[in-house]
Amino acid sequence: MSADTQKNIQTLHTDFEVRSENAMCVNNSELDQPLTHNIKYAIAGILFGIILVKAEVVSWFRIQEMFRLQSFHMYGVIGSAVVVGMISVWIIKKFKIKSIEGEEIKIEPKQFNKGQIYGGLMFGLGWAITGACPGPLFAQIGTGATVIVVTLLSAIAGTWVYGRFREKLPH
Amino acid sequence: MNLIELMKQPWPWYVAGPLIGLTVPMLLLLGNKTFGISSSLRHVCAACIPSKIPYFSYDWKKEVWNLFFVGWVLLGGVIVAAFLSNPDPIAVHPKLQTELAQYGITHFESLVPVDVFSWPQLLTARGLIIMIGGGFLVGFGTRYAGGCTSGHAIMGLSNLQWPSLVATICFMAGGFIMANLILPFLLNL
Repeated sequence: MSADTQKNIQTLHTDFEVRSENAMCVNNSELDQPLTHNIKYAIAGILFGIILVKAEVVSWFRIQEMFRLQSFHMYGVIGSAVVVGMISVWIIKKFKIKSIEGEEIKIEPKQFNKGQIYGGLMFGLGWAITGACPGPLFAQIGTGATVIVVTLLSAIAGTWVYGRFREKLPH
Repeated sequence: MNLIELMKQPWPWYVAGPLIGLTVPMLLLLGNKTFGISSSLRHVCAACIPSKIPYFSYDWKKEVWNLFFVGWVLLGGVIVAAFLSNPDPIAVHPKLQTELAQYGITHFESLVPVDVFSWPQLLTARGLIIMIGGGFLVGFGTRYAGGCTSGHAIMGLSNLQWPSLVATICFMAGGFIMANLILPFLLNL
């Protein structure tokens, strides 16, 4: 990669879920672990998937009720998840708790850019159509709605198109 | 009622919400990972579609944990379907039932309505727009916003990030606009 494009990425860094914009580590562990270390994330994923499905968070009907203010369920799920998450992060920071690998836990702050508005609105539109955010797409397929594979592939295509035209979009 | 019977019922928000919230410290403690699912779509692009696009030119193998996580979310769905599925139809608000009946959505047995989301429906304009168009918006929008419900609404708000609050408000605004103003038109196709 040329120095120019590298500089371009660094000035236009908008995606804080990924640590690996080349030399620019945004987040997370600096350790290079063997593949087997990922088993713990697989177990976490299974548990998360079970919770998503049993809470019916992956249900198209629950999402429609949420956006029509016909049910408190989704607001309760997201609201209580955020409260528990806030308390957890506060405790981790307050007591400087380390990860089980002994690393200091760092959470990169998110910087504002216009993508959070435009992209946020677009995702909101898609969320209400499909009744699923990215996690539930995977879980829906697991429950037997195999056609959602098509929706997932379309979401991957959407991600690719964003990446392709990213420099031309307002951020 | 034994435990398995109880687990087969839909879980109330005050059980599921806190458990979802605990995913945040779990991933941080397991290996300094921040919760966020939609970035997995980016890793799939980086891994599977060779290109010189800068946005996908990074070492996706370092983020492979994220693919393990989401891949096994799918298996979580399989486990529920096999062992913990609710034998009753999905409870749906009566007003929503009445509204959906106008569009021919009358089956409430599965979490996604088969009247819209099924392989034969892909051949209809309605099914095509909803499944393919909706998926595209989810993929494009989440990456444009730099996160989805997990990365912004749960992880970002947990870490008191105001840009995540902006993003979350926009998610909700987009959802309200779609569900109330645009989706009725789409479902009528």
